[in-house]
Amino acid sequence: MLTVNSIKNGIVIDHIKSGNGLKIFEKLNLTKVDYPVVLLMNVESDKLEKKDIIKIQDKIDVDLAMLGLIDPNITVNIIKNGQRIEKRKVGVPQKVKGLFKCSNPRCISNHDLYVEPSFNLIDEEKVKYQCEYCDDFTEYRI
Amino acid sequence: MSLKGRHLIDPSNFTLAEIDQILTIAQDMQKEPPKYAEVCKGKILATCFYEPSTRTRLSFESAMLKMGGNVLGFSEASSSSVSKGESVADTVRVMDAYSDIIVMRHNREGAPKLASNFSSVPIINGGDGGHQHPTQTLTDLLTIKNLKGEIKNLKVALCGDLKYGRTVHSLIKTLARYENMSFYLISPQQLKIPNYIKEYVKSNYNVKIVETENLDDVISEIDILYMTRIQRERFFNEEDYVKLKDSYILTKNKIQSAKEDMLIMHPLPRVNEIYCDVDDDKRAVYFYQAKCGVYVRMSLMANLLGVLDDVNCK
Repeated sequence: MLTVNSIKNGIVIDHIKSGNGLKIFEKLNLTKVDYPVVLLMNVESDKLEKKDIIKIQDKIDVDLAMLGLIDPNITVNIIKNGQRIEKRKVGVPQKVKGLFKCSNPRCISNHDLYVEPSFNLIDEEKVKYQCEYCDDFTEYRI
Repeated sequence: MSLKGRHLIDPSNFTLAEIDQILTIAQDMQKEPPKYAEVCKGKILATCFYEPSTRTRLSFESAMLKMGGNVLGFSEASSSSVSKGESVADTVRVMDAYSDIIVMRHNREGAPKLASNFSSVPIINGGDGGHQHPTQTLTDLLTIKNLKGEIKNLKVALCGDLKYGRTVHSLIKTLARYENMSFYLISPQQLKIPNYIKEYVKSNYNVKIVETENLDDVISEIDILYMTRIQRERFFNEEDYVKLKDSYILTKNKIQSAKEDMLIMHPLPRVNEIYCDVDDDKRAVYFYQAKCGVYVRMSLMANLLGVLDDVNCK
């Protein structure tokens, strides 16, 4: 079996549904960073049968808000000095800023550089958000 | 209660008590205009109209002039720095320096909300795309209050373009907050009210909603018939507009079975959705509605500017 060493300091993003690992890797821009990162795909899992894992070494201030948009069942582990000091489910974020665009073509947030698209969660199951500017609904899809 | 310094972007920005305050003062302004002739002396209203709207703009201008204030602004994007590529945020920060209160009409939905993030003076949404038109709603409420006595227990039919009809969006969101209201939403399938409005009204208020395509089926039951124009400017292609433009045409003949005290309302301008033979029917109140618009905008601006402290308003 393929093994990857534990990290001493950083983040382990676990229980990623198999196939979503690469999408998250790209969304977090991990292809462009200068610190060590690992993407494991199709790892055996008791819960999911197969899962993906991402390990980020020496960095913990990563904006992980978008993880919950892709897969709310992901687990984030914060590692310090070889110990897991925090474990949390990401969940679907209640408020989202700048991560995706409003689906309403007439919304000002699609036309003005000063506007960061901003949304409030309306339906957790459908990952449906309401735009703070035009009130229209946008369902997040990746 | 003081509304001084507040913005009006969406009707839900105000409580029903605050709306009632605006309507009550508007009624007093209607009764005794001279009492308010100088309350805005020295104040400047900026009209930032990114798309043409003669009625709303002139209604605001008339309202400010009736209170002794002054007006400046632009009436279309091409005659302002917008044509040079200036953002809403920058335009508003400049107008903020020139004026005491700003009314904004914009073709993009949410533009006045954006403006309010950058303005230290009150921003009034004068209509944003197919989204909201809260001052038309205040106008409609004053009309109903004046003619029906109170706003409750009403069966209201909203007919025409309910998809892009911002006046309808603001109106149903607001009327739903009053006691025992029922709505008949009459539109072609392609112009049905947006889901976000319907879900908001249904989940927040105990109202009855009936959706239909046929006005004739319900006209005898309703207390208010609110007609709207099929708006050519909101369609992405002309073909769709042509197919739908004559969906509803109200004629004298069609209102024969309606209640004697039903109100026929329209935010104006109309094209052909109310035939001119309806105009002299006592139930047709759309020109009276336009008159109410001036007083309600006077009251709104006076409240947001906080200039009524020395006036004894009933």
